[in-house]
Amino acid sequence: MAAPPSAESIALLERFVAALKARGVVTEEEIATQIARTDRAGPEIGARMVARAWTDPAYRRLLVEDGTAAAEAMGVSMAGAPPLGVLADTDRVHHLVVCTLCSCYPRQVLGYPPHWFKSSAYRARAVRDPRGVLAEWGTALPEGVEVRVVDSTADYRWMVLPLRPAGTEGWDEARLAAIVTRDALVGVALPRAA
Amino acid sequence: MFAPGTVVRVKRDFPEMRGRCHIRTPHYLRGLDGVVERPLGAFPNPEDLAFGRPAAPVPLYHVRFEQPALFGEGRGGDTLLVEIFEHWLDPAPAAGAA
Repeated sequence: MAAPPSAESIALLERFVAALKARGVVTEEEIATQIARTDRAGPEIGARMVARAWTDPAYRRLLVEDGTAAAEAMGVSMAGAPPLGVLADTDRVHHLVVCTLCSCYPRQVLGYPPHWFKSSAYRARAVRDPRGVLAEWGTALPEGVEVRVVDSTADYRWMVLPLRPAGTEGWDEARLAAIVTRDALVGVALPRAA
Repeated sequence: MFAPGTVVRVKRDFPEMRGRCHIRTPHYLRGLDGVVERPLGAFPNPEDLAFGRPAAPVPLYHVRFEQPALFGEGRGGDTLLVEIFEHWLDPAPAAGAA
């Protein structure tokens, strides 16, 4: 999907990193640590947090009140990361996350953002025509549910806590986590009992 | 400080027309009214931070807007929730005061 980086942009990045190192802003090791941390992260972390919230009311309260603490409770290092906000869907409100200004994304718990999340088309349309975007994803909301678009513009990173779907009664956390997809964690899709 | 429920108006200002700047207030909200959902704490002003200047903490709010009003399309009842720094917000004039 994304074109490989051009020689020009790689050279620009190298000059930028050299300037940051020369000024003592970052070290090579800090950059490597951060890349390794992001490489290890993926949406299965967010999925485990959601599954635990579905089965553990105390964890659900923590997740909604303090996403950063809830992530750390799952063993995720949030040191130096922006605060994590969690948007709990209800039977009246469905959340959809976008960053219209750039591509802010809760990388510590979801990993790298997908290509489409960074695209101009998604960023423009999610705020202007959210129901059209959801329809194209094949996501149908029950009648009477409000769509609440969350434009991630500043210091928080946002993740959706979707509703637990019907038909999952008695499932354990691992089985529940398996139906919480990356797309459900930003609100373009809904978890389904497969 | 703005309490939750306060009707606020985003400043109709376009610093990007006056020179180099870094702004976290989306263009499409300037001049529009919203409702403070809740305060989100205070964070160093990104407009200074981006240029390596000393950046004082500024209160940040989650502000809710009616979605259809933004672009003249969409479904009534749908909303948009956006983080906006306090210095971009004014109390909205009382209804009827124009």
